Amino acid sequence: MNKAFFYIPLLVFVFVVGFFLAGLGLDNRNELPSALLDKPFPNFQAEDLFDPQRTVRREDLVGGRPLLVNVWATWCPTCAAEHEMLIRIGERAHIKLVGINYKDERTKAVSWLAQFGNPYDLVLYDEQGLLGVELGVYGAPETFLVSPEGEIVYKRVGDVNERIWREELLPRLLAMNGSVLKVAHANQ
Amino acid sequence: MGAQVAELGYFSLTLAGVLALTSALVGFCNPRHEQWASHLGCLVVGQLVFVTISFAALIWSFVSDDFSIAYVANHSNSLLPWYYKVSAVWGGHEGSFVLWILFLCGWSVLVVLRRDNYPVSIYTRVLATLAVLNVGFICFALFTSDPFARLIPMTPQDGSDLNPLLQDFGLIVHPPMLYAGYVGLAVPFAFAVAAMLEGKADALWARWVRPWVNSSWAFLTFGIALGSWWAYYELGWGGWWFWDPSENASFMPWLAATALLHSVAVTEKRGTFKSWTLLLSIAGFSLSLLGGFIIRSGILTSVHAFAVDPERGLYILIFLAIIVGGSLLLYGSRAGKFNSAVPYGLWSREFFVLVNNAILMLSLAVVMWGTLSPIGYEAISGGRISLGPPFFNRFFVPLMIVLALAVAFVPVLNWKRTNKARILNFCAREGAILFTVALLVAFILRPETVSVATGVIVSLAILITHIKDLIIRVKTTRPPLAYLGMTLAHVGFAFSILGVAVTSTQSVEKDVRMEPQGQVVMGELNVEFLGVKTIQGPNYVSQQGLFTVRDGETVYELRPEKRRYVASGSVMTEAAIDAGLLADTYISLGEPLEGDAWAVRLHYKPLVRWVWLGALLMGLGGIVAVFDVRYRRLRQRLKGRVGQAGAAA
Repeated sequence: MNKAFFYIPLLVFVFVVGFFLAGLGLDNRNELPSALLDKPFPNFQAEDLFDPQRTVRREDLVGGRPLLVNVWATWCPTCAAEHEMLIRIGERAHIKLVGINYKDERTKAVSWLAQFGNPYDLVLYDEQGLLGVELGVYGAPETFLVSPEGEIVYKRVGDVNERIWREELLPRLLAMNGSVLKVAHANQ
Repeated sequence: MGAQVAELGYFSLTLAGVLALTSALVGFCNPRHEQWASHLGCLVVGQLVFVTISFAALIWSFVSDDFSIAYVANHSNSLLPWYYKVSAVWGGHEGSFVLWILFLCGWSVLVVLRRDNYPVSIYTRVLATLAVLNVGFICFALFTSDPFARLIPMTPQDGSDLNPLLQDFGLIVHPPMLYAGYVGLAVPFAFAVAAMLEGKADALWARWVRPWVNSSWAFLTFGIALGSWWAYYELGWGGWWFWDPSENASFMPWLAATALLHSVAVTEKRGTFKSWTLLLSIAGFSLSLLGGFIIRSGILTSVHAFAVDPERGLYILIFLAIIVGGSLLLYGSRAGKFNSAVPYGLWSREFFVLVNNAILMLSLAVVMWGTLSPIGYEAISGGRISLGPPFFNRFFVPLMIVLALAVAFVPVLNWKRTNKARILNFCAREGAILFTVALLVAFILRPETVSVATGVIVSLAILITHIKDLIIRVKTTRPPLAYLGMTLAHVGFAFSILGVAVTSTQSVEKDVRMEPQGQVVMGELNVEFLGVKTIQGPNYVSQQGLFTVRDGETVYELRPEKRRYVASGSVMTEAAIDAGLLADTYISLGEPLEGDAWAVRLHYKPLVRWVWLGALLMGLGGIVAVFDVRYRRLRQRLKGRVGQAGAAA
């Protein structure tokens, strides 16, 4: 066997360590590049979480108000931490908040929302993660901002918090036409 | 009295570090010198003595409530019962690190005690390698995470208490077991380094390593099982495995060690798989470092932790790069020598070990990706995500089923090749039994998915083939302990799979609102809620619920608690469990609702104990195999030779 062959483990290790050092050294912790950014929200077909009989398609979501699509699951601890923020966003802005319940169990998801409150206008049930594949989802939580024209303008991997709202979501929402903020908050 | 105990501890640790450095120099400079090897043994024992003093000083500081020490102030409280004060020593990063060092010294001394088994150059190089590791660990403890650092003059009146989650029996025993396993893998690692330096790794070398692999693997198995059991009863969610980074941190080295356990057996019996066994020895300990050292300390599970404390993180990364990178470099330059082509057929133990290793490596890759990639995403995007149990389960269920199927064939296989007729005969006979059993299983459990049904059937297949083989062997000969250990471990594996398959699909879980005297029916059980009363604990106030459960004729009480810990104000759920071999009844209190009503979580979990029972058997199997006569005989033989030489002189 070729002698160089036995250096492969070392090369793999060097590569992994290099990758981590590069990752940790990144100052600009902004966004993961998404192939879908500035592309139209994909066509899809999914079940409603609360009503398995009801099928939801792209046309049912896009148009009118801007969309905030949030991928979540009951097995995801960060989603629980993020939940409060989503409720606040729902109170602040004229947007359609759509949840995608990702690779989860329907009964658990329903009781979770009953317990912590339901900020969503509509929740899709993505048991197999197929819609997640369409959207290029890595894990949960992830959040997409979709313009009224149906274009994905922003993607957040990880939790949406006050900083993301202020620095990323709000400016993009304000750039869209129409009255985005609810009255009580427009004056702030 | 006692004011300088912490300083004594720090000083002892420093001395141990100096001794470790000396050992490394002595061992590597003159590895073939008998006299130096004896001195080296003394130096290693000295390390253990001083680290023990240091550890004892830390225990003393906790027991005597010396809150001028930052680590004690952050992890203890004067109200804590004494046994939790002792276990609080390893309740945080700094102290668990001293425990880690203590175990490394302990394992090194065990190597010294078995000195007669090894040629002098292997013996010295193994000890020297372990000493190099110890130098790194002790420096890390002294310079970046000093457990004895004082809070002077701002000494707090009382400590901020041990995290209530850790105030529990499971957390007294789980970390020491786990650490013994993590650190134990350093010994096979050191043997691999010694073999590569020596330029010789053969069947005899494999025989030297095997007891160390077995015992550290067994500790790791016990540690993981204890952790899972603790999560089950302490977290109050009724789950026993969450694919949480700290769990994965122990699971990754375990997977590598399991692969090593099998591959080193092939190296011993057939003199092949040498370079692969060496690589697995390196990988096992490297994953221990990654898991025990980086993930458990929280430094890599969150990029945030790394940013807050870059010094610690950087030290670890550099240390890891030197140890792992150095050993892999050595591997690259030396491993080419160890090739030996020993032929074997498709139906042979060699090939099945290869299958075992391939599956375990794939599983390892899955766990690694699932654990590390969210960190990668976090590093880039700054946000935290989880891939979640669905990701792991999708890969793990099929992988483990294939693995279990392979295990079921083990008793019929020979080394080198197995007669076709024997295999066919075996398949026909055991297959017929299994088919009957499968029908029965389908009838009783009505499994919802194919994977559950196959999980149950393959585990039964393992049980049937192994127990049958055991009976035949016990009747004809006295089987060696190594064989009994293997059988025990494989039976344990079957138990665990059966437990996982049944409990994860047949459990009943109910979240209900219950008022006093209210009743809930769950399957065969009738659960009645009698009310909640307040109870005063040593350092907490508890709301204790009282439930009576009627299961046919039998009636029993369960008292789940909701505890509020005084010092930290945090609230803990203590589930009440009626544990049974066939099923657990599990009740935990949720939130108080209006009036006297409470949110209550009820679980009925069949065969959940089998998950840990299986792990226990696996670990025991590993220990039993260590006492096989051939590891002992080696020692007596060598001793005899030394004795003869002495007599001749």
